[in-house]
Amino acid sequence: MNAIYEPNPNLDQNKAPLAAKHRLKAKMLGHWKDVKRNKHALVLLAPYFIIFFTFTVLPVLMSLVLSFTYFNMLEAPRWIGWANYARLFAQDDVFLIALKNTLLFAAITGPISYMACFFFAWLINGLPPKLRAFLTLVLYAPSIAGNTYLIWTLLFSSDSYGYMNAFLMKWGFILEPVQWLQDPRFMLAILILVQLWLSLGTAFLAFIAGLQNVDRTLYEAGAIDGIRNRWQELWFITLPAMRPQLMFGAVIQITNAFAVAEISIYLLGFPSVDYAAHTIVTHLIDYGTIRYEMGYASAIATVLFVIMLSTNLITQKLLRKVGD
Amino acid sequence: MKGISIRSKRVNRSWLMDIFLFLLLGLVAVFMALPLVFTISNAFKPLDEIFIFPPRFLVRNPTFDNFRNLVILFADTWVPFSRYVFNTFFIAILGTVGHVIIASAAAYPLAKVRFPGRNILFSLVVMALMFTPYVTQVPNYMTVTWLGMVDTYWAVILPAFGMTLGLYLMKQFMEQIPDALIEAAKVDGASEYRIFWQIVMPIVKPAWLTLIIFSLQNLWTGNSAATRFIYSEQLKTVDAAFSQIAAGGLVRTGPVAAVTLLMMLVPITVFIVTQSNIIQTMSTSGIKE
Repeated sequence: MNAIYEPNPNLDQNKAPLAAKHRLKAKMLGHWKDVKRNKHALVLLAPYFIIFFTFTVLPVLMSLVLSFTYFNMLEAPRWIGWANYARLFAQDDVFLIALKNTLLFAAITGPISYMACFFFAWLINGLPPKLRAFLTLVLYAPSIAGNTYLIWTLLFSSDSYGYMNAFLMKWGFILEPVQWLQDPRFMLAILILVQLWLSLGTAFLAFIAGLQNVDRTLYEAGAIDGIRNRWQELWFITLPAMRPQLMFGAVIQITNAFAVAEISIYLLGFPSVDYAAHTIVTHLIDYGTIRYEMGYASAIATVLFVIMLSTNLITQKLLRKVGD
Repeated sequence: MKGISIRSKRVNRSWLMDIFLFLLLGLVAVFMALPLVFTISNAFKPLDEIFIFPPRFLVRNPTFDNFRNLVILFADTWVPFSRYVFNTFFIAILGTVGHVIIASAAAYPLAKVRFPGRNILFSLVVMALMFTPYVTQVPNYMTVTWLGMVDTYWAVILPAFGMTLGLYLMKQFMEQIPDALIEAAKVDGASEYRIFWQIVMPIVKPAWLTLIIFSLQNLWTGNSAATRFIYSEQLKTVDAAFSQIAAGGLVRTGPVAAVTLLMMLVPITVFIVTQSNIIQTMSTSGIKE
């Protein structure tokens, strides 16, 4: 009964090569037509993507390959397999310190700065426009003020002329000046403080914009549906409505949290006392631009790449669940 | 009456919480502003106030001495200060203008033209946002060397053209341009280039103002490519001059404060002027699922 509907296997086999050939021809023609029709698009895309591939995509791949070699820029790279990675995790004590510092630093500054970006954007959002614009400027300014963060070296300088020391001594909290920037007990904490000062940046602006665009009628509907206080309103209405911005902000803050280097170098020295402010990136700078051990530096870069990308992808997965 | 009763059924906001939250906001605002205020105040301190004990936070008798000393300091050096300033402006302006044009040109087809491979290209860009440019440092050193760009402005400018954040924001912003507008222009016989340059670009002005601020942030100070690739003194930026002055030690505290203030003012001024445009752009910045 079903026989009529079953395709004839023989017939199909005979047809197959011919059909495939036709399909291939059509496909090629289709591609060619695509290229011709999209010539304009290609011309417009080319300048950016040539640069993007040269300076971003290819380097990541090159770095991955180089990480398995010994390469000093003078001789040709020599394949050494996993040796660089073995050295990183088994022998290089300084790298392990850097890894620990970076993870600790990112685990603190990442979430705090992310929440701060949202929280202050949310607080500002309810204010009159003039005041809102002013506070946006005050909170955002540090992140675009370039190397103004160097002013913190004066605030934390280690003699009694330092502002922090003078202040604490005046009020009797300490009796003699503290060496803030040289004492390993304080260095990571100061680095975190300065990073937080710099961190109300791009994500903060994205959140302000996102909050202004939440549909007002959602709040009215929510009030009728029995939302009782501002925290419920935040969780059930505001956060889900801004999910795209939340995801963008997370990318920016996570990337910044792992990339700390310059602040550490200029504020706390390079190398810092006892490597207390050494991070993966400063380790990378050490091997890549001072020792010219390019293979080893590439291995460091690859480890950093994997850590950053996986943290980002996991966070994106989690954020998809907000308000669900 | 009914309408009023619905509107008055507002969400419960306790006064106590309001006061607490805004106190917190005020405290954080002070924390954020203090170092900036200190930078401004320091730049105008005369020498005796800089070294006064106990140190005083705000300036008492403001002077322009530090700025004058800065000029004197560089009056008889090999490379005049104005050259560092020129280099900084040259790199920042050329890099930014190039970035805005090239990134917008690529953003237009990504947002508005259907072609195969479009989604792959864009997800590469989003992925590139997820790691720091430091990761590509080692291969970039080789690429720049091969291209013969070491010790030229191009070593800084060319990679800056390809900044990912700019393309990402521009593409997201262009998406909200109505297709009908572009279709209408096509019917009138405009080419894709004309549509891009004469119709799309004027509409996305808020977005390119935003790209300008982020590109400036990248190029104005602290650009690591500038310190790594440029050796010739006459090609260096104010950053390099800054560290030379700072290397002079304690006596130079005044001029250092003056340079810091001058360098800080430019991006902040640009932001003040463009703030509303930037917020408008950032409203489309979300990552869509």
